[in-house]
Amino acid sequence: MPCAKPILLVEDDPIDALAIKRALHASNVTDTVVHVPCAREALACLRSPGTDKPALILLDLNLPGTDGLEFLQIIKGDSCLMNIPIVVLTASDEPCDILRGFDLGIAGYMVKSSGYEGLLETIRIIQNYWSLSQSPSHHASCNS
Amino acid sequence: MRDSRPVLLVEDDSIDAMTVRRAFRDLKVTNPLKHTVNGEEALAYLQDPANDKPCVILLDLNMPKMNGTEFLAVAKTDPAIKKIPVIVLTTSSEERDIVESFRLNVAGYIIKPVDYKKFVEAVRTIDLYWTLSELPKEKMEDANALCQAHSAGGR
Repeated sequence: MPCAKPILLVEDDPIDALAIKRALHASNVTDTVVHVPCAREALACLRSPGTDKPALILLDLNLPGTDGLEFLQIIKGDSCLMNIPIVVLTASDEPCDILRGFDLGIAGYMVKSSGYEGLLETIRIIQNYWSLSQSPSHHASCNS
Repeated sequence: MRDSRPVLLVEDDSIDAMTVRRAFRDLKVTNPLKHTVNGEEALAYLQDPANDKPCVILLDLNMPKMNGTEFLAVAKTDPAIKKIPVIVLTTSSEERDIVESFRLNVAGYIIKPVDYKKFVEAVRTIDLYWTLSELPKEKMEDANALCQAHSAGGR
């Protein structure tokens, strides 16, 4: 699958994915969002040759197969992908997951709120921050 | 910010440091602001056990003695420091600085707005984001113990 889009959403729950996509659009995210349900597909998408890297990855932790933390380890060990900012968006508020995430160099750890309003607020704050921040994607350095 | 730990500001320009301090006051950000003037001083602060570890680090890039990228290269290999989110706050919009900073796992790269109102808005955005985001616990040992207990519990 070609991956030329600015936000990559890695989320196995289709209902959550739908809500997150809706919240992104409601927060005026004009960039297209690419949604993949597992780490394997996310990697395939990120490594597909000749395509731009996303500006941001929104990552669920509890994924089937390779889980979010293992995915992080792979990305941060890949010199072509390691500079993409990754924000964890998960139901888990385990201190251990938080610590491991930051140890692996995540750029934020947001716990999913239960209602849509809460999720919308979360996405809005993420969106504001990452439109203020520069991102290395447009300065892509690695084309395999 | 999410908790009451200090924010570490690494900034050699005294006017810029004052502006950050003023923005914190205007936005009623209650975290103490610890100011160091270069990477070397920031590392000394972080490595001194007598000092409270900051919840986040605001890092300028262009500094004498040890600049921001040199600081990151050291900080991100120190297990006690690497987990602290670092947000670059700089005037540099150079591609090489952006790419290099993200390779060194910064958690944001913000170009200092010249206008004070816009500067306050930027600090507000940073504060909101890092109030929403979880942060790793201060005590590394506690967290490690937690992780071990967590895995032993049959994760």
